Amino acid sequence: MSAGEMRRVTAINNGTVIDHVPAGSALAVLRMLGITGDRSSPISLVMNVPSSKHGRKDIIKVEDRELTQDELDRLALIAPKASVAIIRSYSVAEKREVSIGAELVNIASCTFSNCITINPREPQDHRLRVVKKDPLELRCRYCGRPQEMDGLVDNLL
Amino acid sequence: MDDDLITMDDMTNEEIISLLDDAERLLPVAHGLEYLPLLQGKLLANMFFEPSTRTRMSFETAMKRLGGDVVNLGDVNSSSAVKGETLYDTMRMVDGYCDIAALRHPRQGAAQYAADACEIPIMNGGDGAGHHPTQTLLDLFTIQQAHGQLEGLTVALVGDLRYGRTVHSLSHALARFDCNLIFISPAQLAMPAEIVSDLTVAGAKITETEDLYGSVSDADVIYMTRIQKERFPDEDEYAKVAGIYTLTSADLAGAKGEMIVMHPLPRVNEISSDVDETRHARYFEQAFYGVVARMALMCRLLGVEIPSGDA
Repeated sequence: MSAGEMRRVTAINNGTVIDHVPAGSALAVLRMLGITGDRSSPISLVMNVPSSKHGRKDIIKVEDRELTQDELDRLALIAPKASVAIIRSYSVAEKREVSIGAELVNIASCTFSNCITINPREPQDHRLRVVKKDPLELRCRYCGRPQEMDGLVDNLL
Repeated sequence: MDDDLITMDDMTNEEIISLLDDAERLLPVAHGLEYLPLLQGKLLANMFFEPSTRTRMSFETAMKRLGGDVVNLGDVNSSSAVKGETLYDTMRMVDGYCDIAALRHPRQGAAQYAADACEIPIMNGGDGAGHHPTQTLLDLFTIQQAHGQLEGLTVALVGDLRYGRTVHSLSHALARFDCNLIFISPAQLAMPAEIVSDLTVAGAKITETEDLYGSVSDADVIYMTRIQKERFPDEDEYAKVAGIYTLTSADLAGAKGEMIVMHPLPRVNEISSDVDETRHARYFEQAFYGVVARMALMCRLLGVEIPSGDA
């Protein structure tokens, strides 16, 4: 993050900084992580700032919360190239990369309207296989249908 | 081979050929000329959540010809599914009752879902517009019996390629044997783009057209399918395409001598009855071959070896 970008938001004492989020996706990321506006701690968003790597990007700062590995896996669905810094006492204590495994388990449900998993009472895990990582392509383990990535954000679990 | 048969991807080409050899060995057993109780003491669960005549009956016939027995789900309208029981719970129950299960379900993915819930082998008898691999096995057996091979044939798939799970599974399998595929359908019933894409990536040679009659002379196999009225949202849309392809004996005048006409049945008006008497008609043999294909499959999944006919 450049000094110019830094001026857009203040530094945080403790928490998580998510950088290199695809431009315009910050709100979806917050939703995916279950972070809502009624949290007591501040959340800062910067959207559509210039990025040397990706043209434009979003940045999210969440105070007093450290993202777990499980949450990072979820993040991979819409921000697979995000970099995550855990901040403690105004310093970067840990850097984490978002990585996507071979399968997303119970992160989102299949987008196909006639999939067996559409019945919310069916108890087995929702499983989406990673067919291709860049660009991300997912298929449901059960019905085999390719997932509509836009629709998937609405199907987050 | 996998413990279940959900899609044709669960079998290698070598396993398919080996299974077709077993099916051929079992022909006299399916005809009732030889008693071979290889599956005595085994119990098949026929779990048909959608109507079925041939598939359900041929699974039952196959198990009984091999000395085993069958329990049926019965009328789905009086089963626990209408009381709201999940597929998971139903299949966990069946897992305890039986040794192997055949499943047909209106929801796509139901067979894999059931396989994940059960210890016993699951055979996909059709899941929504998804897969129907046991139909594919009998289709491949029919083609092999007629042509002596599967490799390099030109196969025309005709009619409802959009919703017809039969042609989805079959086209995947034929592509693996380097067949030339001709997809013939009206535009609104064309093969789904993701399937065409998968096949193309796998190296399949595909031609898409709406013209059936111009393709007759090229084909080694013409595979007709019914345009499924139940898949259309309204009667007018169905009327636009119903009866668009009807094959008559006169249409076959330019066909190769060994060309065969297949159909998964039931037919409505896709094949005129005068084709039945031609040397090209194979659809009734095809339905019969469902018994041997499923016999061979159940032996394979239950780990039962089939003795050679000379023994």
